[in-house]
Amino acid sequence: MSSDASNSKDPVIRCENVYKIFGNNAKRMMKESGGKVDAAKFQEEGCIVGVNDASFEVYPGELLIIMGLSGSGKSTLLRCISRLTDATAGKIFIEGNDILTMNNKQLIELRRSKMGMVFQSFALLPHKTVLENIAFPLQVKGVSTDESIKRASEMIELVSLTGRENYFPRELSGGQQQRVGIARSLAIEPDIWFLDEPFSALDPLIRKEMQDEFLRLQGVLSKTILFVTHDFDEALRLADRIAIMKDGVIEQLDTPANIVLNPATEYVRKFTEEVPREKVLKIETVMDPVNAADPVSDLKVSKDAIIETVAEVVLNSSHPVSVVDDSGAIVGAVHPSKVVHVLFGGHSAEASGQPS
Amino acid sequence: MMESIQERKYLQFLLLIGVFILMCMFIPATDGSWLWRLPPLLKEFPIWITESVDYILFDWWLIDVYDPDIEEYEQKPVMRQITRGISGFILFMIEFIREIMLGGVKTIVTFTSWDWATENQWARWPALPWTVIAGGVAILGYRLSGIGLALFSGFTFLYIAVFGQWEPSMQTLSFVLIAAPMAILLGLALGIWGYKSKTVETILNPILNIAQIVPHFSYLIPVMVFFGIGDHAGAIATIIFATPPMVRLTILGLKKVPPEVAEAGRMNGCTDRQLMRRVLIPTARRDILLGVNQVIMQCLAMVVIASLIGAKGLGSDLLIALNRLRIGLALEIGVCIVLIAIVLDRLSLAWANKQTDYFADQSFKERHKHLMWFMGVFFVGVFLAWIGSFIFKDKINYLYLIEHNKGITTGPFWQAGVDWMWDTFFYSLKGFNEWFIVDVLIPVKNAFLGMPVIATFTLAMGTGFIVGGIRSALIVGGYLLFIALTEWWDRALITSYLMFMAVLISGFIGIVAGTLCAQNEKAAKVLLAWCDTFQTFPSFIYLIPVMMLFGVTDTSVLIAIVVYATIPAARYTVVGLQSVPQELHDAGSMAGVNRLQRYFSIELPMSFPHMALGINQTVVFALAMVIIGALIGTDDLGQLILGSLSDKQGVGNGLVLGFCVAFIGLAIDQILRTWANQRKEALGLD
Repeated sequence: MSSDASNSKDPVIRCENVYKIFGNNAKRMMKESGGKVDAAKFQEEGCIVGVNDASFEVYPGELLIIMGLSGSGKSTLLRCISRLTDATAGKIFIEGNDILTMNNKQLIELRRSKMGMVFQSFALLPHKTVLENIAFPLQVKGVSTDESIKRASEMIELVSLTGRENYFPRELSGGQQQRVGIARSLAIEPDIWFLDEPFSALDPLIRKEMQDEFLRLQGVLSKTILFVTHDFDEALRLADRIAIMKDGVIEQLDTPANIVLNPATEYVRKFTEEVPREKVLKIETVMDPVNAADPVSDLKVSKDAIIETVAEVVLNSSHPVSVVDDSGAIVGAVHPSKVVHVLFGGHSAEASGQPS
Repeated sequence: MMESIQERKYLQFLLLIGVFILMCMFIPATDGSWLWRLPPLLKEFPIWITESVDYILFDWWLIDVYDPDIEEYEQKPVMRQITRGISGFILFMIEFIREIMLGGVKTIVTFTSWDWATENQWARWPALPWTVIAGGVAILGYRLSGIGLALFSGFTFLYIAVFGQWEPSMQTLSFVLIAAPMAILLGLALGIWGYKSKTVETILNPILNIAQIVPHFSYLIPVMVFFGIGDHAGAIATIIFATPPMVRLTILGLKKVPPEVAEAGRMNGCTDRQLMRRVLIPTARRDILLGVNQVIMQCLAMVVIASLIGAKGLGSDLLIALNRLRIGLALEIGVCIVLIAIVLDRLSLAWANKQTDYFADQSFKERHKHLMWFMGVFFVGVFLAWIGSFIFKDKINYLYLIEHNKGITTGPFWQAGVDWMWDTFFYSLKGFNEWFIVDVLIPVKNAFLGMPVIATFTLAMGTGFIVGGIRSALIVGGYLLFIALTEWWDRALITSYLMFMAVLISGFIGIVAGTLCAQNEKAAKVLLAWCDTFQTFPSFIYLIPVMMLFGVTDTSVLIAIVVYATIPAARYTVVGLQSVPQELHDAGSMAGVNRLQRYFSIELPMSFPHMALGINQTVVFALAMVIIGALIGTDDLGQLILGSLSDKQGVGNGLVLGFCVAFIGLAIDQILRTWANQRKEALGLD
């Protein structure tokens, strides 16, 4: 779950200085600039900088969210990594293989075996039924009709659409359509899952429901996920790590808690200002080291618990509450006063709220 | 003063009209004056085209071809070999289908020889009894759509058989069944190519634009020169004519596929071919189907025209009937063509919308039930035909193949109706006709012919300039210059006059009818349904009833054009008015507008761009019809094109004349479209 734990493994996706520049003379401009891209200067020449020097890694089972407003280049970055568009410069490795040097055949093979993608507008094939849509990636791969239908039926069960196999996309609600999109993207059992603003086109209530559904699926499947969204709350809710983009540049890439606590730039700070900290921060960010002298209540909370979810327990306790890690060992104690501070203390919480 | 003129386009336009009128009044009609008529500098152009075509056909790139008859190699031009090959192939296909339906010997001859066929008299392909075909089509209709289409298709073929039009109808059908699929495939291929390659699209675009407006007749002449005369030539002309809308709609449809759907296809691991075949084309199928539909309609519209270069079937019969003024017979044949058109139209739509139901766990019997029904119909039909051969001894076997014009005919009835109408309304019809010709048509015609060429240019280019700036002015001027430099400027003026009158009347009727019907949802639906139905009729059909009433005059042509060309004006008006967003209506209501205010200050301005495009279509329809009007006698460009069909040097003339017609249309298109687009942009539509 946490990035520290997975650092030991090889990254599934690795981007090195990825640039995407739109325009006829992008390649030439890129060469002349000598590695430093100035968006304004490029624009004068009729080029638009989509992605500007993006470098990061995504580890197995990690959920990395790329967050940015429209035009920030987040979808472009995602499309560079899935190679729906070709990056102008840089290197992109999927499980150690540079996908920019792959030929068409290798790329198709990679997509057929390793990648799944969910789209904002669902992108279902209008002429195919729910079942046919989900079976489609299997069928283009050459799986037999019986086999692909069987597999698609399983996927339908997974996304709780049983009974609607023979519906056409136009007959479904937005949420249902996106369930089909999700099922389709998972049909080939990909290792890497791309989601491009999957819930942005949905109503708020449905969006919440789909986010829960998504978390449930991820709990079962543990894919390596690259998730694009413009919704900061959604990013905080779902992500292991968040990359915040602006004008093609990744402004900050960190865990939700660190972003909220230590916004790297003014731009990031604007997003974090209004965020209720108790909904983001984990207990471990406000716990104190164990002090044997202090009386401790016999209640225990997980260090990974979000403050909001355990606030009531901690506040109702007269003594500090023990904090335990995954294995159950006590790693610290949390004072009710710290929680009160997070809940009601305003922005000054940042100073005292450093992660230990 | 200057400022207000610069700002207000209508003032500029009024000024332009003033200049135009002054020019008309003060420039004398003297031969040789360049202000009056330009010299025909392009006179040699048609001859040059004819000679180039001759060269390509007869002298270009000679190759040695083995001739089995004289057992020697002979020098033959390569072009001729190619065209001969294509002709042979298409002719074989048409004959093949024709013989399945009507029986015959030519297919067998193709694989053996005439000698062999003469020696072996048993080797004859028997015709299918008409009952089998009618039943088969009904089953097909049932399979694709349901009982409604089954009944309609069955009834159509019954009608055809009963009224003795079986043979020509099957000839026409065999011709359409070859031309339509070929046009569809060709159009699809070109469309895909145009979608994939920007260069190809840039090349295709102007060709498609011209192809859409060049009159049907003009296609016939080069086809005739390259491919000769006969069913195959008719089919080739039809294919050339029917392909452009398919190409256009294919490109349009593919471009409209949401990029995310294409991306989804690629992420699902499609190869390029899979992406095209399984994602893009099916997703674009609504537009592509519209293209298929258009192709079928164009094919049937060409049935009559293709008969001018030797296509057999209903078309040539209709032409003959019209020429002999046998209106009753013409009407029957016309109904046949219309019915076939509607059946093919519905069948193709139903086929395209058909969904495969892939989980239904069907038994062998259920899966093949339609085939088994057809076998049943086949045997019953053959059995009936066999019985029939005893009942109708020595006569026509009505249960097998009803020979041409040996069925029931209502011709005399209609003829009597026409005669009655003539007798009863003769004076009023004649009175109207004479008044219309003498007091309306001839003065307008003379006014058109009395325009000095410089005045026409000033008006057209000036309008172009006011609407679209210098670019539009130059484009319009270029089109006109081409026409003015040929020998046929006066003929073009006559064509323009007929078109102008027709567009004026059609536009008025269409917009008024459209506006009235758009006030009420039901009425609007009815009107659109009417438009759909009338558009299915081959344009030629419209000539029949008007000739009944007004004989061979300009009035007839004009009325036929008006009936045909009103369709788009009405359709676009309704669609335009309906596309006004409900919120605007609500805003208007809250501001307290009354019905007229609503129409003039909200609906009309908002739907103006639509209407302008409707008028643009009306112009195209009217031009097409004006040229077809040549068949019943006009003295414009159409008549010359028709004339060049039977002229040895006709290729060049026909083509250049065709371009003249197309350029009239394109010039108007340039102005109207630019204007409509500007309005659209100003209103923030699209």
